[in-house]
Amino acid sequence: MSEGTIKKFLYLNRKAPYGTIYALESLEVVLIGAAFDQDVSLAFVDDGVFQLTKNQNTKGIEMKGFSLVYNALGDYGITKLYVEKESLEERGLTLDDLQDVVYEDENDDYAEKKSILLVSRAEMGQMMETQNVVLSF
Amino acid sequence: MILHTVNKSPFERNALVSCLGHAQAGSSVLMIEDGVYGAIAGSQVADVVNNSLATVKIYALEPDLAARGIAKEKLISGVQLIDYAGFVDLAADNTTVQAWL
Repeated sequence: MSEGTIKKFLYLNRKAPYGTIYALESLEVVLIGAAFDQDVSLAFVDDGVFQLTKNQNTKGIEMKGFSLVYNALGDYGITKLYVEKESLEERGLTLDDLQDVVYEDENDDYAEKKSILLVSRAEMGQMMETQNVVLSF
Repeated sequence: MILHTVNKSPFERNALVSCLGHAQAGSSVLMIEDGVYGAIAGSQVADVVNNSLATVKIYALEPDLAARGIAKEKLISGVQLIDYAGFVDLAADNTTVQAWL
């Protein structure tokens, strides 16, 4: 990748957290990748939508919880979290079951804005077509 | 009787549906780890779980629900919550533990 070239990177998340290591690994790679100043989007599809549920408390299973890290992504310039509506519905969830992920828009007097973009499966598919690189987890 | 355990998300694998299809009347099914997602009301698999509740006892491990942010109010009524001690009691009360991996 030549210096100065900005590519569109999509991290595709399709796994529930904690049961497998995929969700945590994805988050680690996203944070590392954030250092490269690319145009980054995250997609939450299928069981990936479970990664964003609110009030995750992992004390009882003695594992490190990482759900609050999603809300810090805005500080790394990652402000587009696409969540698929059909995936939520199939799992008995709505947007209300997810945490509020926000970022401060430096181009708008640091106004607090929502990072989560609720999209249909068709819109998700179209968004995928616009990406240069897709990393799957 | 058998205690069946299911630890996979029902939206990714067919372990829960297959388990419920095989579980005999009076037996117990315990959802653990990602299996607890099967206890959410209004999901694609909720009807299968609901129908099974007529003949089978269904449990979900509370610490696994809490870790995943699934509130009690979201669950199918009739699914009973248990803790690790309850898991041990279930294992002791049944003749066999059968894991649906």
